[in-house]
Amino acid sequence: MSNCGTRNSIIHGWTSPRLTRSLAGDGSGKACGIFREKSAVIPAFRRSESARAGDLVEAVTYSDDDDDENQGLEFPGGRVTFTPQMKFIAESTDNRVPCYRVLDNNGCPIPGSTFDQVDKETAVKMYRKMVTLQIMDTIFYEAQRQGRLSFYLTSTGEEAINIATAAALTPDDILFTQYREPGILLWRGFTLEEFANQCFGTKDGHGKGRQMPIHYGSKEHNFFTVSSPIATQLPQAAGAAYSLKMANKEACVVAFTGDGGTSEGDFHAGLNFAAVMEAPVMFICRNNGWAISTPISDQFRSDGVVVKGQAYGIRSIRVDGNDTLAVYSAVRAAREMVITEQKPMLVEFLTYRVGHHSTSDDSTKYRSSNEIEQWKTGRSPISRFRKWVERNGWWSDEEETELRKDARKQVLNAIQVADKTEKPSLEDLFTDVYDSPPSNLVEQEKSLRETIKRHHQDFPSDVPI
Amino acid sequence: MAAMLQSFGVSSASVAFSDHSAKLSVRSLPVIRSEARSISCPTNGTRCTRKITTKAVAVENPASAASKPGHELLLFEALREGLEEEMERDPRVCVMGEDVGHYGGSYKVTKGLADKYGDLRVLDTPIAENSFTGMAIGAAMTGLRPIIEGMNMGFLLLAFNQISDNCGMLHYTSGGQFTIPTVIRGPGGVGRQLGAEHSQRLESYFQSIPGIQMVACSTPYNAKGLMKAAIRSENPVVLFEHVLLYNLKERIPDEEYVLSLEEAEMVRPGEHVTILTYSRMRYHVMQAAKTLVNKGFDPEVIDIRSLKPFDLYTIGNSVKKTHRVVIVEECMRTGGIGASLTAAINENFHDYLDAPIVCLSSQDVPTPYAGTLEEWTVVQPAQIVAAVEQLCQ
Repeated sequence: MSNCGTRNSIIHGWTSPRLTRSLAGDGSGKACGIFREKSAVIPAFRRSESARAGDLVEAVTYSDDDDDENQGLEFPGGRVTFTPQMKFIAESTDNRVPCYRVLDNNGCPIPGSTFDQVDKETAVKMYRKMVTLQIMDTIFYEAQRQGRLSFYLTSTGEEAINIATAAALTPDDILFTQYREPGILLWRGFTLEEFANQCFGTKDGHGKGRQMPIHYGSKEHNFFTVSSPIATQLPQAAGAAYSLKMANKEACVVAFTGDGGTSEGDFHAGLNFAAVMEAPVMFICRNNGWAISTPISDQFRSDGVVVKGQAYGIRSIRVDGNDTLAVYSAVRAAREMVITEQKPMLVEFLTYRVGHHSTSDDSTKYRSSNEIEQWKTGRSPISRFRKWVERNGWWSDEEETELRKDARKQVLNAIQVADKTEKPSLEDLFTDVYDSPPSNLVEQEKSLRETIKRHHQDFPSDVPI
Repeated sequence: MAAMLQSFGVSSASVAFSDHSAKLSVRSLPVIRSEARSISCPTNGTRCTRKITTKAVAVENPASAASKPGHELLLFEALREGLEEEMERDPRVCVMGEDVGHYGGSYKVTKGLADKYGDLRVLDTPIAENSFTGMAIGAAMTGLRPIIEGMNMGFLLLAFNQISDNCGMLHYTSGGQFTIPTVIRGPGGVGRQLGAEHSQRLESYFQSIPGIQMVACSTPYNAKGLMKAAIRSENPVVLFEHVLLYNLKERIPDEEYVLSLEEAEMVRPGEHVTILTYSRMRYHVMQAAKTLVNKGFDPEVIDIRSLKPFDLYTIGNSVKKTHRVVIVEECMRTGGIGASLTAAINENFHDYLDAPIVCLSSQDVPTPYAGTLEEWTVVQPAQIVAAVEQLCQ
């Protein structure tokens, strides 16, 4: 059925005089095959009948010319204009998408930059948390190396992303993280003891000793339990956003992934779903250059991750992930848009993974130590932010020394205590598989207890029964 | 009901299941039937004594004890009725899947619901099973009770990671902080020439996943009851429907009822042999049963309904009575429900068996398209009759 315009306008050439001429065979040789043969009487008839469909279409008057349908067409999905030139869209542009940055390497605000002014209290809190995160990472990593922990992974080099993002959100915002974002929990009040309890798998840990280290989860902090497979949290985040949308809450979901995670099928599907559903979720990609040993060039060939947003109809931005104030401002602005417009957003933080992927990795095997060192000391987000905070007169060397000493002491203490804390009891092996243990699990627990009783010398003595 | 105190697997004075009064179909039994196992009440997780219909017998009139005459409907309508009642009862219940909205679902189970509850509560998703399953998990963890429809169960293989690692595990790995009360449902099984990819028996693949429950419906009555129970459960439940059973007609009660997710259904009590089956094969078994009765046999037919966990209580009582077991399933021979059930029965009731368990399954082949070939991969009544005859010699 053709779209119809106002009485005086003609669309799609149904009623074009030129067309009827050609149908009637004026020898112009431009019979348009898609139009059925009708007599020349049709135009007047169609016009009056078409008026009632007028509300379906914008009140645009087209020229009294059959070129308009040659110019564009309402395909499923919307109107497109035609072009006679066969032109391919280039796979990349000459200039990459620029990166939003506010502080230069010396921590001075770049002239002309726009950013959210941060007050002293927030700035100092952010700085303190960044340092604490760094120290926590260092000491826990050491603990693994000493054999006290089975596994750990650090967020070294990405402290600004961790803390500034957390600072820009509210406690009601829901987090679905990958695994390199414990700073968000740190900001929200998760204690060092709680971190240690989870890593050591003690009975006091939130996960009751069931997940491996780093896979934190805390309902009270609106931080969903980390799951190892990459990017599976992205569709879940879309679902949680759907839930928020139904509840009409003034909060959003924030979902993290790394550069490697954008290759997963769930990345595509999660973003696509969120866009179609208009779900209030902010997708954050920590593009830190490496997915274990896979560099960016082996991960994708697009201009990073920011350009993928447009493919899904999602607004996106590229930010210097090592610039605390840029991260803070961008997340705040994005959050505002996500909630008021109820649409997803994609934020790409460019950064560098200073540490190894995890304690199971030695990254010097696939990248130069010079490169690592350059980012570690020359481009540290912590030093850069420190310079800005100090320049404002909000921080001093004495406070630095004291903070580092205190944090170190607290972390060491937390580790020592957790190391000695009891592990979860045998019962916790079987609970929470279902809401209540079904008969087969009750049976299996009984059987296990009997075996342990009979051969107690073969079982660890420090696991409470 | 003090008599029901023994747990299965413990040899004891057997509690003879007094179901020869086959007409006693609707009972208000306490849900807890043994010390060793508690069946949580679908509504609030505690013991409840009303409205739970155990041992629903699918003979002519399951509503016989009810005061009202009941109403007739088809199986897909029964599913819809159950779904609608739950959506009405609890605003957190929502549906997501491909074409479930205004299209009403490919088997019309969600027909009319989008008009009634809106596009958000009955959500049409893009085509990505792993995604909408993941989405449902995220929504469930934040307080909703989503029901995911796989257009065909086979497509849910694309969602295996989300079902296994997230649906099944997150309650456990989060230390019990997050619950995932989702229902995953859809048509599966061998249809009429639907081709290999549309004829999957996913219960085989999913049965090992800890943390989920699996049930299979086979009649309009149990379809509605299981749908409601699955929605009310706090655990993730996979509800297996069968492509060929959607148009079964039955009269079901007018008043509300919810079935238990962990119980088997006594279809036909008997003495000579226990035939265990579920879903579509129930009908092949009943057809074979007719022939067997004519030949003088008295088979006991149990629709196991609960695929994970097995209702070993009912099954055990039957084995203790008949001492012979035939399992009839649509799964493939290797790694199917029948394989697990055989192991479970052997382990628990070995002393009561007079003969090895016979398991009739499909061959380990992809389901062919050609009609005759397809028929040969599905267990037919004649095979069941032959197996029983041989077993009862």
